[in-house]
Amino acid sequence: MRDVAIIGSGVTKFGELWEKSLADLVAEAGISAIMDAGIDGTDIDAMYIGGMSAGRFVGQEHLGALAAEVSGLSELHIPSTRVEAACASGGLALHSGYLAVASGMYDTVIVGGAEKMTDVAGKEATNILASAADREWEAFFGATFPGLYALLARYHMHKYGTTPEQLAAVAVKNHHNGSMNPKAQYRREITIEDVLNSTMVADPLHLLDCSPITDGAASAVITSVEKAKEYTDDIIKIKASAQASDSISLAGRSRFDALPATIEAAKRAYKQAGIEPSDIDFAEVHDCFTIAEIMAIEDLGFFKKGEGGKAAEEGLTALDGEIPINTSGGLKSKGHPVGATGIAQIHELLLQLRGKADKRQIEKAEIGLAHNVGGSGGTAVIHILEAI
Amino acid sequence: MGIARYWREIPQRYNLIGTKCGSCGRVYFPPKAICPVCRRKSIGKMEEYKLKGTGTVETYTIIYTPPPHFEGEEPYAIALIKMDEGCYLMGEIVDCDFEDIHIGMKVEACFRRIEEDGTRGAIQYGYKFKKAE
Repeated sequence: MRDVAIIGSGVTKFGELWEKSLADLVAEAGISAIMDAGIDGTDIDAMYIGGMSAGRFVGQEHLGALAAEVSGLSELHIPSTRVEAACASGGLALHSGYLAVASGMYDTVIVGGAEKMTDVAGKEATNILASAADREWEAFFGATFPGLYALLARYHMHKYGTTPEQLAAVAVKNHHNGSMNPKAQYRREITIEDVLNSTMVADPLHLLDCSPITDGAASAVITSVEKAKEYTDDIIKIKASAQASDSISLAGRSRFDALPATIEAAKRAYKQAGIEPSDIDFAEVHDCFTIAEIMAIEDLGFFKKGEGGKAAEEGLTALDGEIPINTSGGLKSKGHPVGATGIAQIHELLLQLRGKADKRQIEKAEIGLAHNVGGSGGTAVIHILEAI
Repeated sequence: MGIARYWREIPQRYNLIGTKCGSCGRVYFPPKAICPVCRRKSIGKMEEYKLKGTGTVETYTIIYTPPPHFEGEEPYAIALIKMDEGCYLMGEIVDCDFEDIHIGMKVEACFRRIEEDGTRGAIQYGYKFKKAE
């Protein structure tokens, strides 16, 4: 296995983009990553694209070939593969591309993720998202996707004393960060009261504890570290790329205060990178719901189990905190076009590692981690990047 | 849910039929073809096992934004139940004030209507939970 580097990335604006189709979004993200990397189409050996459910959101399957075509690569006939792991599809696309380059099979690969979620009504989008959970043994009985995370939130509150205010603190922090991100869906600050006074979706989760429904795409170009030197002096190395699975249903697990897939993927990632959680300077974590960020910062080893809520409340995860979390605004404020999210997280890591995150640039950004979750933890994908 | 898809799981939905691993004795619901703990040793030893239907609330939520097939039912309570046999089930808690639901509450399964396939389609039944007597 050889070392792999990321040499470019790009994201579209995230939001309710009625004027743009799935194909438009894929093309825009792909072209911006290719331009950022400074490569030509003929340099690309393969493509991997993550998408959760183009089939149900816009009635379009066969995303691999479509993505290659709209990115101007159809005449080159490159192998193009769609990968799917619900909301972790983007992270998994990068993991797949990483394996292809690390193995020596391909030199330069473009990875991406996209989701066009607002061509269907909100209720239908929610129903499609529920397919990330167990349709027959959870959704059938009336559980919704926010409902599953609400079950985890209630458990965490009961076991560790986590409060609704601590959950809200995550949303407030992420909206603050997102207010400085021109690509974010919601660029406005909110208060703890705003969160607590918003509509209850699934007790104890309010509307503002939940990430929104979003259109968007993201893309990145990866190649071997050796080849990367031909394109740039600014090498961002993939120090670790790890994936773990778990029971798709909550009922199939034995603990509910954590996502075991995250714990397992993190263990593998830290081992591969040869580092400890304390070596990570900042992270983009999968905050599909506020409780998800609290569990993530515990499961990733940044804080002790049960202390994630307190950490959020005390500002330890703020831009100027001990370990800045979701400097982009996270899924909560930046938006969550499910298939694109894993790659959009990588884009934010790249901006921070290159010192190009503008107003939200953090002081020390040498090693960053991205954590992407599918469903309620059936899949977890973790990447660790380092500027070398 | 389509008729065939619902029909083939009637033993589980009506009578809580799961499986018990003949190697370690763990009970699973829904039925598993293989025990995730014993794996190879359990092949051919997974036996049908009927749950008693009693358990304890491990965690719960009140749903205010329902999926399409529960529209009009909101708000309603969904809980993760630890069954006395050790496995977990997800289901609605009925016949109970929300204020009375708590972690640790003893419940028992009951047979109820889950959804209707339109006004003329099949009515689909299954288990829900109520406070244990």
